[in-house]
Amino acid sequence: MKLIIAIIKPFKLEEVRDALTAIGVQGMTVAEVKGYGRQKGHTEIYRGAEYAVHFLPKVRLDVAVDDAQVDKVVDAINNAAKTGQIGDGKIFITSIEHAVRIRTGETDTDAL
Amino acid sequence: MTMRTSLIRIACGIAVLAVFAGVAPALAETAPSTIDAADTAWMISATGLVLMMTIPGLALFYCGMVRKKNVLATMAQSLLCTFLCSILWVLIGYSLAFTGEGPFIGTLGRVLLRGVGMESISALAKTIPEALFMFYQMTFAIITVALVAGSVADRMRFSAFVWFAALWLLFVYVPIAHWVWGGGFLYTAGILDFAGGTVVHLNAGVAGLVAAYVIGKRYGYGTDNFAPHDLSLAVIGTGLLWVGWFGFNGGSALGSGSRAVFAIVATHLAASMGALTWMVLEWWTRGKPSVLGMISGAVAGLGTITPASGFVLPWHGLVIGLIAGAFCFWACTKLKQMLGYDDSLDVFGVHGVGGATGTLLTGVFATAAISIGPDTPQGLPGLLEGNPRQLLIQLYGVLATLVWSGVMTFVLLKLIALMVPLRVSQRSEIEGLDLTQHGEALQ
Repeated sequence: MKLIIAIIKPFKLEEVRDALTAIGVQGMTVAEVKGYGRQKGHTEIYRGAEYAVHFLPKVRLDVAVDDAQVDKVVDAINNAAKTGQIGDGKIFITSIEHAVRIRTGETDTDAL
Repeated sequence: MTMRTSLIRIACGIAVLAVFAGVAPALAETAPSTIDAADTAWMISATGLVLMMTIPGLALFYCGMVRKKNVLATMAQSLLCTFLCSILWVLIGYSLAFTGEGPFIGTLGRVLLRGVGMESISALAKTIPEALFMFYQMTFAIITVALVAGSVADRMRFSAFVWFAALWLLFVYVPIAHWVWGGGFLYTAGILDFAGGTVVHLNAGVAGLVAAYVIGKRYGYGTDNFAPHDLSLAVIGTGLLWVGWFGFNGGSALGSGSRAVFAIVATHLAASMGALTWMVLEWWTRGKPSVLGMISGAVAGLGTITPASGFVLPWHGLVIGLIAGAFCFWACTKLKQMLGYDDSLDVFGVHGVGGATGTLLTGVFATAAISIGPDTPQGLPGLLEGNPRQLLIQLYGVLATLVWSGVMTFVLLKLIALMVPLRVSQRSEIEGLDLTQHGEALQ
């Protein structure tokens, strides 16, 4: 089992969700986060006081999938979230040791 | 209904009206006082408008500009001023400010509103009940104290602020109000301050500046991001202030009529021009017209026209608004950087600078035709109408206010500091005043 973590531009969330639903992904967790990579922030000016805003709003998706699904899911996210502009985000894949469905007690692949 | 029935009904109606018309003069003859219903009605409304300027006008205007962790604490300061100063005003403030003929302070004749009955009239406002005059003036006292809080937002200890609100009202606001409006030495010298260029704005501005210096800069000032939490609240607050100002300046006519109307028109034009000027200057110098700039310009215009509003022609409001927008823009951007003080919400830059400028401009633009009245049959002219002496009197008032406010604010803060630290601890400041001072947080 793998946990796919994707940091994407917020306005791309619906597109990514639709793409994942289309390939059979049944659930995900979404969080509003802030971050930066090579994309610089911007400057805001309030009555003569300038503030450099380094952190940009992003959305983080966590999707837990079976090993066999990983490539399909990564491709789907990648294609849906890409704009070609700087700041598109990143995808990370980590391993899941163990998973449990709380309602039924099913474990591992049955829990996904 | 037949024609006959209608005619009978009309005839009965006319008969009833005739009976009442016959009775009415008799009723009028039994009413004794000089209290004018129209003046009273307007002044009641004006009082409501000015109170609204503090709650929620100023509360919103200020809290929108601070960081989220300090929003409730900023509102608490306006709230506190409202209820604490109301009580102190009735207890002793009104009496010391608006009674007697002493040059520096009033008497204790109206302590706890003793002697203020249904028919009582103040010599300073002959056509409205004294209770209403007292109440109207109360709302001015409240907002002046609340304004000062803006300079030390984000770091002043609430307990220290409670002390400050009480002492500053009694030792700074009350005397100056007496000097300018209550029959004191500036009043007798002939100062023209219609609605509070000195008493309210310069006073609060200088006090704010002194407090900002005494209390010191916010932790992280100049390095951390202090961006306003929610400017939409500040905009709403500005709207309430702008409309409320019609009561602030219009009500300072202490009656209903053209004087009040001209004051309101001048006020509105100054606000509009102030906003436009700041917007244009910011667009030109920084490339974008900010919303914060527009509302700041509007408030600058409003504060600057305040002393002049009932003494100048409405179109002078345009000129004064333009000067206000430009000068306060410079004060809030360049002067502030030059002097290096942390006046969180630019009370000095907007109200202090605006109040002083407006008071002096009153001496320039005062137009005799506007101020002709029973006590001033020739009206009150300014520099442009060949009376340069007025400008000197205005300067006298500005200096007196500046010195008293500056020195006394410093003294009071040092005194309060002997009892309780003026500032919250650095840890509390980082964590936020809402949680540390009030045990509450925006969710």
